[in-house]
Amino acid sequence: MSRVAHATRSSRVGLVLIGAAALALAAAPAWGDRLTLRLLAEMFTFVALASLWNLLAGYAGLVSVGQQAFVGLGGYLLFALAMFAGIHPIVAILIAGAVSAVVAVPVAALIFRLRGAYFAIGTWVVAEVFRLLASQVSALGGGSGISLPAAVVLAMAPSRTMRELEIYWLALGLMAIVLAAIVALLRSRHGLALTAVRDNEVAAQSNGIDVWRLKFAVYVLTAVGTGMVGALIFLMKLRISPDTAFSVNDWTACVIFIVVIGGIGRIEGPIIGTIVFFLMRQTLADLGSVYLLMLGAVAIGVMLWAPKGLWGVVAERFGWQALPLQRRLVIAPADKHH
Amino acid sequence: MPEPLLDVRGIDAFYGDFQALFGVTLAVDAGAVVAVIGANGAGKSTLLKCIAGLMHPRAGAIAFDGDDITSTPAFAVVKRGVSLVPEGRRLFPSLSVEENLLIGAQSKRPGPWTLARVYELFPVLAERRHMPATALSGGQQQMTAIGRALMANPRLLLCDEISLGLAPIVVRDIYARLPDIVREGLAVVIVEQDIVQALRAATKVHCLQEGRVALAGPASGLTREAIAAAYFGV
Amino acid sequence: MLWLNVILQGVLTGGLYAMFAAGLSLIFGVMRLVNIAHGDLIVLAAYVALMATTALGVNPLVSLIVVVPAMALIGYALQRGLLNRTLGEDLLPPLLVTFGLSIIIQNGLLELFTADSRKLQAGAIEVATMQVTQGLWIGVLPLLQFAVAVGVIAGLQLLFYRTALGRAFRATSDDPAVAQLMGLDTRHVFALAMALSLAVVAIAGVFLAVRSNFDPAIGPARLIFGFEAVIIGGLGNLWGTLAGGVILGVSQAIGAQIDPGWQLLAGHIAFLVILALRPQGLFPKVSG
Repeated sequence: MSRVAHATRSSRVGLVLIGAAALALAAAPAWGDRLTLRLLAEMFTFVALASLWNLLAGYAGLVSVGQQAFVGLGGYLLFALAMFAGIHPIVAILIAGAVSAVVAVPVAALIFRLRGAYFAIGTWVVAEVFRLLASQVSALGGGSGISLPAAVVLAMAPSRTMRELEIYWLALGLMAIVLAAIVALLRSRHGLALTAVRDNEVAAQSNGIDVWRLKFAVYVLTAVGTGMVGALIFLMKLRISPDTAFSVNDWTACVIFIVVIGGIGRIEGPIIGTIVFFLMRQTLADLGSVYLLMLGAVAIGVMLWAPKGLWGVVAERFGWQALPLQRRLVIAPADKHH
Repeated sequence: MPEPLLDVRGIDAFYGDFQALFGVTLAVDAGAVVAVIGANGAGKSTLLKCIAGLMHPRAGAIAFDGDDITSTPAFAVVKRGVSLVPEGRRLFPSLSVEENLLIGAQSKRPGPWTLARVYELFPVLAERRHMPATALSGGQQQMTAIGRALMANPRLLLCDEISLGLAPIVVRDIYARLPDIVREGLAVVIVEQDIVQALRAATKVHCLQEGRVALAGPASGLTREAIAAAYFGV
Repeated sequence: MLWLNVILQGVLTGGLYAMFAAGLSLIFGVMRLVNIAHGDLIVLAAYVALMATTALGVNPLVSLIVVVPAMALIGYALQRGLLNRTLGEDLLPPLLVTFGLSIIIQNGLLELFTADSRKLQAGAIEVATMQVTQGLWIGVLPLLQFAVAVGVIAGLQLLFYRTALGRAFRATSDDPAVAQLMGLDTRHVFALAMALSLAVVAIAGVFLAVRSNFDPAIGPARLIFGFEAVIIGGLGNLWGTLAGGVILGVSQAIGAQIDPGWQLLAGHIAFLVILALRPQGLFPKVSG
């Protein structure tokens, strides 16, 4: 029987390496100090955000510059649920995901009327609307924002060390879940349909793939993930305001740079990109706006001369993949005579 | 013997990894009418695109009036005096008939062709000058496309499948004006699937088959069998 | 009477929004490029005007003589040097490159000029008003700005439909390959279109600088206003864009009158309503 094979030698190596890394990261509290844990947790949230943006833009072809809408929505939902409904933060994160899905449906129905770059700006407008609405809600601090009350913080865990461990494992876990979900999607037949849409939308449509529904579903799923990560991010920050919650610079510009530099349309890209981004940030952050300026220039350079990003260049050159996502037809000997 | 106006020597042309032309050689003298025939996919349009500068051959050379134009971009080739009537007409939908003709003169080459003269050649266009170009019938669009190419006052006119999609009577009508077009010594390369018209209009014939020149000679001297053999490769 | 005043102010503001939109619309029409840095370029023009008025000691409106050619030159170089490389089938490169450009311009301006709010002084004309009728007054400057917007759009229409350059723009937009066969160097044509777009941006930037405070971060909001004006009015129709700008301006004015914090929201809501009910815009160009 001929079958479709996903694994290659490099992906077997990759899986082993990833497994080892996962173990090391899970055990990080044992070898890392507080600052390292905080940094890692922040990196995990960016890997998740970037992977979700990559799914949307690199696979479904929906370039959004408005994902901050869901980051902020998730953040505000967490604060509202924890402060007014006394819900445990972890449960609140899950609810934030669910609500993001509900919100994403009418949003998508509206902005899917726009195409290409106009769609992108449309997503930005939606984020702006969310930001303006948030500043009208005085119960959540209005325009200046609000801090998470001590009572809520204590409800998570009695000691600070415990809380930081909880946050760390939450971040690691959420990133793992997001990545696993994306891999599962891409391995499924919906993932195959997505790759077809990415390569040639018209051909995919004529092959019976309901392109619109697929994109719609991906948009909503991405919103779920982004909302949950947003909730976690602001749980970590302990303070929220409309400008930080819906910041284009933090949640879209940096995410886009991560994906572009790491490699768009490949699952390994956001991971590589996040590592590069944080390396740059650690070494160059003192430069303030010059840092962002350089980031912009690097992204433009990569887009023009190495559009496949760091991982893309490596993967094409050596034919590597870190995760078994490829589809190769393995023809059984019995079928060879056709 | 004077140098040919257009000298194509052994060109190879590719679309990505697919090779469309293999060592194609062709010469056109000033004032001559040359036909290039061949089946679908034989490479006829590719040849014209290389001459016009829309594509560049990977090997070989193209010389026009003694100058090497092998890698000259299309907008510069027009300025030297080579005009292409593209396959499928490809008029500008946002422009009227007259605007399509006027933009043909964008390269501002001096010569006998003016708006008035094009309207003289194709009176039906004058009646429809302000209509959007795509509102015309197929034959009228073809006339517009030819007129547009003539407005550049070329010394070499390349015609890519003028008869495509047109009724035979319309095709005859257009070809009947060919003598008016070449009056001042304009050289023409006609690419056609309609062999009868091509042979009637041309003095020399080249037949392309799967990217290679399978047959070349004076139009009058070729037998039907020879042409059929070269066309179909049997 | 109060509401009439409000609406009138909104109409006049709409003229400015239409100017934001005109440059954006032009570029999309000619080369299918949406320039995400468009709003930041308007702000850049405002800063260029700042430098010109400081260096030359002239009225900002006079500085247009310098700012317009300067921005046009920047536009030509930008297109020829950078943006031409992004054009093609793929949607991602132009979007991401212009997004990167937006970030670069914002932070570059931040480095050069700090985040301080600025405003250009145009003198007496800023406070001059005219009485239209009993109880109804309008500012001379907003009226001038609206008139200039109408003039710019009329000028662009004239250029596109009555000149050889406009013919070249339309032909290149229709079919860049065949445009080459006409002797048009498409790299040059695209660069001219961007130069024209930034010339309009220059006018918009100067009026913006005179009318209200500006700082490096306000670019994206101008992009959004221009974009909303284009979508409300309908793609491919410059007069529609003027209508779109007016509708946006009026919506914002009405919103602001109800509650100052509602100004921007009212505009966005008007945009979303139009998007929901008539996504092709109010006066879309019928494809021929």
